[in-house]
Amino acid sequence: MGKTLYDKIWDSHLITHTAEGKPVIYIDRHLVHEVTSPQAFAALKAAGRKVRRPEQTLATVDHSIPTLKNGPYVNEEAKTQVEALQENCRNNDIRIFDLGSIDQGVIHVVAPESGTILPGMTVVCGDSHTSTHGAFGALAFGIGTSEVEHVLATQALQQEKSKNLLVRFNGKLNSGVTAKDIALYLVGKIGTKGGTGHVIEYSGPAIRNLSMEGRMTLCNMSIECGARAGLISPDEATFDYLKNHVIFSKKTVFEQALESWKQLASDKDAEFDRVVEIDAGLIEPQVTWGTSPEQVVGISKKIPSPDDFNSPEKAAACQHALKYMGLTPGADISETKIDVVFIGSCTNGRIEDFREAAKILDGKKINKAVTAIAVPGSGHVKAQAEDEGLDRIFKSAGMEWREPGCSMCLAMNGDRLAPGQSSASTSNRNFEGRQGKGSKTHLVSPAMAAAAALTGKLTDVRQFNPSV
Amino acid sequence: MEKFTRFKGRAALLDMVNIDTDQIIPKQFLTKTDRDGYGQSLFYDWRYLENGKENPDFELNKSERRNAEILVSGDNFGCGSSREHAPWALAGYGFRVIIAPSFADIFYGNSIKNGLLPAIVSEDDLERIRSSFIENRAIALGADLEKKIIELPDGSEIGFQIADLPRKTMLEGIDQIEQTLACLNDLAAFEKKYRQEHPWCFS
Repeated sequence: MGKTLYDKIWDSHLITHTAEGKPVIYIDRHLVHEVTSPQAFAALKAAGRKVRRPEQTLATVDHSIPTLKNGPYVNEEAKTQVEALQENCRNNDIRIFDLGSIDQGVIHVVAPESGTILPGMTVVCGDSHTSTHGAFGALAFGIGTSEVEHVLATQALQQEKSKNLLVRFNGKLNSGVTAKDIALYLVGKIGTKGGTGHVIEYSGPAIRNLSMEGRMTLCNMSIECGARAGLISPDEATFDYLKNHVIFSKKTVFEQALESWKQLASDKDAEFDRVVEIDAGLIEPQVTWGTSPEQVVGISKKIPSPDDFNSPEKAAACQHALKYMGLTPGADISETKIDVVFIGSCTNGRIEDFREAAKILDGKKINKAVTAIAVPGSGHVKAQAEDEGLDRIFKSAGMEWREPGCSMCLAMNGDRLAPGQSSASTSNRNFEGRQGKGSKTHLVSPAMAAAAALTGKLTDVRQFNPSV
Repeated sequence: MEKFTRFKGRAALLDMVNIDTDQIIPKQFLTKTDRDGYGQSLFYDWRYLENGKENPDFELNKSERRNAEILVSGDNFGCGSSREHAPWALAGYGFRVIIAPSFADIFYGNSIKNGLLPAIVSEDDLERIRSSFIENRAIALGADLEKKIIELPDGSEIGFQIADLPRKTMLEGIDQIEQTLACLNDLAAFEKKYRQEHPWCFS
């Protein structure tokens, strides 16, 4: 029997088993940010241990930092947290993309753009959206703080092997439909525990046609299906991206790497534990209506009622979500008013995302009742967008153009909605209170967020005829 | 890590599916740099009203559920972020056991490492546990990790699922880092060979 891509990466990183029989795997890259690492560094120090491979570790600050230039921290503790990371990196010789550097930004945006992530690697971070890096054919997953300490101390991790889930997107995406819509559609289809215990491999023609940015968006939201990781086997698009982002010491090393990366695909006779087939042509722009990413519909659809669900648990969850969101079942989702628009995050904070939003906003003004912010995922994304004049499009439309950070995705830094406000947000979670206590989040693509900013309600972007 | 063998204590029921880590411990409490002090902020947005007073309708604020140590909940408990602050907050409040039909992967692993037992039961057994809750009266449940059983208030028992390795980790209070460091020779040998075969990862 052949091997899946996940099997191949697993096998090439399996070091040994513990005395009790638990697999120990090697970790190529450890990404670190300020929120989930201070307790790990403290415990490491208390145990008298050192960071084993600082050169395989990369840090940045993103969650707690202000996105207004020289803006205040949300509180003194947040500032202390950032300073703790700076100090921990200094004391342990860890490279940090620090505030004020063009390299700084959201960890899952800056790691790939700095050439840190390569196909076939294992990548971990104390952050669930580490799955982003599966876009390169790397096995990348989120870990808890105890595991952050474990990787700092050993450059290895104890892991149980997951099952293999293949999700194949057949056919072509329709105009106006993006990687974000694919991701949301899939969560709606298989649910937030549909991928639990599995690593997802995405395949099919609709995936091959995605850019690297689009692939990162899709893999990023694998965790919203509950999956350990999401993977896409590398191809010419991957290699082109890497040629532009990675500096190799020798040409021969790159050629050697390329040969190895070309083997990183599931064998024809590989067996998956589960296979899900999806017709990409059926996907329309998606929008969440509830408080779980699986509570999602196409923009042309109506808000569901509890009666639409077979299981009593899902019906109860629908009831609970409708009450929280203040929505009426049976109403058109496109009649839902929006107060705030957020474009950014590790899901949709890359250059392509801002290009797509700018295409919709170009020469127009956002609705007067709407507050809208665009937050680039990194200093490089910001500079590139400014080179292309995208910042001017956002600003003249009436949007704010901020400094890089996680910002309103998790609203930890003070960028948040007021209680009762609704957002169209390009982030990844619409949990109760995610964007501030009492906030009501509708997850959408960047183009859909831009359309909502123009009209002040959830809007089918296809009425603006985007050629995305 | 503290060992877990068996535990009996007051139970509470949060009868919802998909309880996510943002509900367990909201983001405004994640700026701390230590592991302690999260218990008071557990389920903050549900537990407290706008004015900061306790929400009397919330399960854990009812006198017969207050200070519960065993939590019973719906499917996919702990979905969302990787924040270990979620089990820190649950354990900080005093919980020792969470019973649900399924858990999100990262939350599950984080709980094991913090001595918080995630006990997986079938939907049918969840229904049995649910029906043992009586309004206005405190009830106690038991969990025995050696036997893998939950004890109901009437003395009857139901089984729960946990794989052998996490069970052993909890029973023996294993320090996983020490365990991995015990394989240091294998690790170093692997690393040497891996670096030779994958020079592009290190150039």
